[in-house]
Amino acid sequence: MSSFLQNTFNGLVSGAFYALLALGLAVIFGMLRVVNFAHGAFYMLGAFGAYVLLSEAGVPFWAALVIMPVALAVLGMALERAVIHRLTRLDPLYNFLLTFGLTLILQDLVKSRYGSQSSPYATPSALRGSVDFGLFDFPTYRVFILGFTVLLCVAVWWVLVRTRIGMVVRAATERPELTRAFGIDVGRWVTPVFGFGIGLAGLAGVLAAPMRAVNPLMGADLIIVVFAVVVIGGLGSIFGSVAAGFGIGLVQAWGEAYLSDFPIVSQTIVFVVMAVVLLWRPAGLFGREEAPA
Amino acid sequence: MDMRRSVGVAAASAAVVLVAGCGGGGPASGGDQKLTGDKIVLGVLNDQSGAYSELSGKNSVKAVEMAIADFKAKYGDKAVTKNISVETADHQNKPDVANSKAAEMYDRKGVDIILDVPTSSAALKVADVAKEKKKLYFNIGAATTDLTGKSCNKYTFHYAYDTYMLANGTGKTTTEQVGKSWYILYPNYAFGQDMEKNFSAAITQAGGTVIGKDGAPFPNTSGDYSSFLLKAASMNPKPQVLGTMQAGAELVNVVKQYNEFKLREKGIGLAVGLMFISDIHSLTPAALAGTTYTDAWYWNFDQQNRQWADRFQKETGTRPSFAHAANYSAAMQYLEAVQSAGTDDADAVVKQLEGKEVNDVFLRNGKIRAEDHRVIHDAYLAQVKPQAEVTEPWDYVKVLKTIPAAEAFRAPSPDCKL
Repeated sequence: MSSFLQNTFNGLVSGAFYALLALGLAVIFGMLRVVNFAHGAFYMLGAFGAYVLLSEAGVPFWAALVIMPVALAVLGMALERAVIHRLTRLDPLYNFLLTFGLTLILQDLVKSRYGSQSSPYATPSALRGSVDFGLFDFPTYRVFILGFTVLLCVAVWWVLVRTRIGMVVRAATERPELTRAFGIDVGRWVTPVFGFGIGLAGLAGVLAAPMRAVNPLMGADLIIVVFAVVVIGGLGSIFGSVAAGFGIGLVQAWGEAYLSDFPIVSQTIVFVVMAVVLLWRPAGLFGREEAPA
Repeated sequence: MDMRRSVGVAAASAAVVLVAGCGGGGPASGGDQKLTGDKIVLGVLNDQSGAYSELSGKNSVKAVEMAIADFKAKYGDKAVTKNISVETADHQNKPDVANSKAAEMYDRKGVDIILDVPTSSAALKVADVAKEKKKLYFNIGAATTDLTGKSCNKYTFHYAYDTYMLANGTGKTTTEQVGKSWYILYPNYAFGQDMEKNFSAAITQAGGTVIGKDGAPFPNTSGDYSSFLLKAASMNPKPQVLGTMQAGAELVNVVKQYNEFKLREKGIGLAVGLMFISDIHSLTPAALAGTTYTDAWYWNFDQQNRQWADRFQKETGTRPSFAHAANYSAAMQYLEAVQSAGTDDADAVVKQLEGKEVNDVFLRNGKIRAEDHRVIHDAYLAQVKPQAEVTEPWDYVKVLKTIPAAEAFRAPSPDCKL
C-alpha cells in the first residue's frame, strides 16, 4: 500500500512537469495556432540559466525561480515579435521548421559554451531531507514541486476564469475566429501569451535542475512526451493539457512500477494511451473539433 | 625487328598482368606498393554532439592528432610516410548511422583504420563493416564483450575496457567490502544487458546474490527513476547495494535521485558500473563521495600520466578521460605497427599486432592478445574522494588498487573464432 502511494506521488511529480509544459504549449497553440517545437529548448534554458546564475554569479535557487521565467518570457516575446508572428498566416509546416530550427540553434549555443555533459546543480538546502507522511516518507523537494505546481495551476485557472484577460484568452484559444467576430482585438494578447507560455517552460526547467541532469538535450527528450500529453488532453484545451499532464505522469509511474517486467510496455505506454484516446475521441479528451468554416 | 616486337609484346603483357593483379587482388603484401595512396588515414568515428561526446568526442580527435605528431617526431625522415591525416564523423550513437559512416570512411575517404566508436550497438555494426571490407578497427569507446566474443573478427581489436573488466573489478570488490545482496538497475539495450550479465556473474562468484534487477527504458524520456529506487528501498530483505549500469546523463539522473531518496542513509550503498571523469565532474564529488568503480586509466595516477594530461589540457582546455588516453595510445600503436610492417596492408599490420607486448602512457603491462584481439592491460579500482580532499579541479579520485592485466580481463572466449 505504501509503495503504491509513493509511486502515485512520484507520478504526480512527473506529471507536474508535463502539466507546466503542456499548459504553455496549449495557450500558445490556441492563440497563435503555432505548434511550438522550441518549447523543450526553453525548458532546458530555464535549467541551464539557473545553473549559470548559481555557478557564475552565486544567485540561489529561489531567486532563479523568479529571474529565469521572467527573462525567458521577455526573450519569448522578442522572438514572437521578431519572427514567429510572421508565420501565423502561413502553412503550419513553416512554423514547424522555424521552431524546430530554433531548438537546434538554442541547443548548440548552449553546447558550444558549456559542452554536452551534465552540469551540477544541488538541491537548495532548505528543501533537502524528507517529509514523513506516516505511511511513507517523501523527499521534501518533490513535495515542494507538487505543492508549488498545483498552486500555480490554481492561480492560472483563477486568472483565466475570473479576469477579463482570462476570458479573452480562453475565448481566443478555443474559438479564435468567433472571438474576433465579436470585435475583440485578439492580436493585442498574442505576444504576452506567448511570453507567458515560454515563462512557464523556463519555470519547469528551474524546478527540474536539482533533480534531473542539466544538459543541452534535456528538453529534446522530454518534449516528445509533452506533445503526446497535449494531444491526449485535446489541442488547444487549457484544462485538458493540465489534466492530461498529471494523468500521463501517473500512468507512466504505475507502468514503470508494475509493468517493469515488460520494459517495452512501460516505455511505450504513453503512446498507447494516446492512440486509444484518439481512436475514441479524435480531438483529444477535452478538445472540441473545430467547427467547419 | 621480330626481336624488338616480341620484347614489346612481352613488356605490354607483363604490364597488363601487373595492373590486373593490383586491381583485382588489392594491395600486394609488402613489395611494390607500400602505402595505399602513399598516405595513412586514421578515422575517428564517435559521438560528437550527444550524450557521450564529452567522454570521447572531438577531444579524442585531438588525442589522435597528438599521437600523429609524436610519431612524426619520433621517426622523422625514417617514418614510413609523413603524409598522415585524420578523418572524423559523428555516428550520433545510432547503429545504422555508424554502419553507413564506417563504410563511407573505408571506401571513399581512404581510411586505413577506424578508432573509438562508443555505444555498443553501433560498435558491433562497425565490426561487421571492418570484417567485410578487410580493414582495421580498434574499438575504444564501447564496452560490450561481444566484440571479442561471438562478434569477433580478424580486423577488430578491443582496446580500453569492457563490461567484464568493469564487473570483475567493481562487482567483486563491492560484494566483498560493501554488501552481498544487490539490486541491479540497467538501461535496457545491448550495453546494459551485457553489463547486467557480467555483474551478476561477478557478484555470484564473489559469494553475493542479486536479489532484484530491472531494465529501465533506454533512452528514459521522463528522466525519472524513482519507481525503481523505491522498489529497491521497499524490498524485503533490503538489498545492501544498488548497482547502477546507466551511463552519461542517465547515470546523473540515477545518482541525483538516489541521493534525493536518501538510499545511502537507508543502508543501501551505491556501486556504479561505468563512470568517466566527466560524470564525476557533472555530479560533483560530493554527490558520489565514497563510491567505488573500476577505471581503465586515471590522469593523475603517476608522473607519466600527469605529464601527458598536462599536454592534453593545453590542447583542449580540459583533463582527459580514459577514452582520450586510449585513443592516443591506439593511434600510436597502429602507426608503430605500420612502421614495422612497412605497409598499411591490413593483413600485414594484423600480423605485427597479434601477440605484441606494449607499455605506453595508457597500456601498462599491455598485451594485444592474438586469440581474440582483446588488448589487456592493468586496470584500477578507484574511489571518489570526499569534497574536502579535492585539492585541484578534476582530481576527484584515489586509486585503491591496481588490478593486474591478467586478472582484469576475461580469458579468451570460446565463442570467438578468428
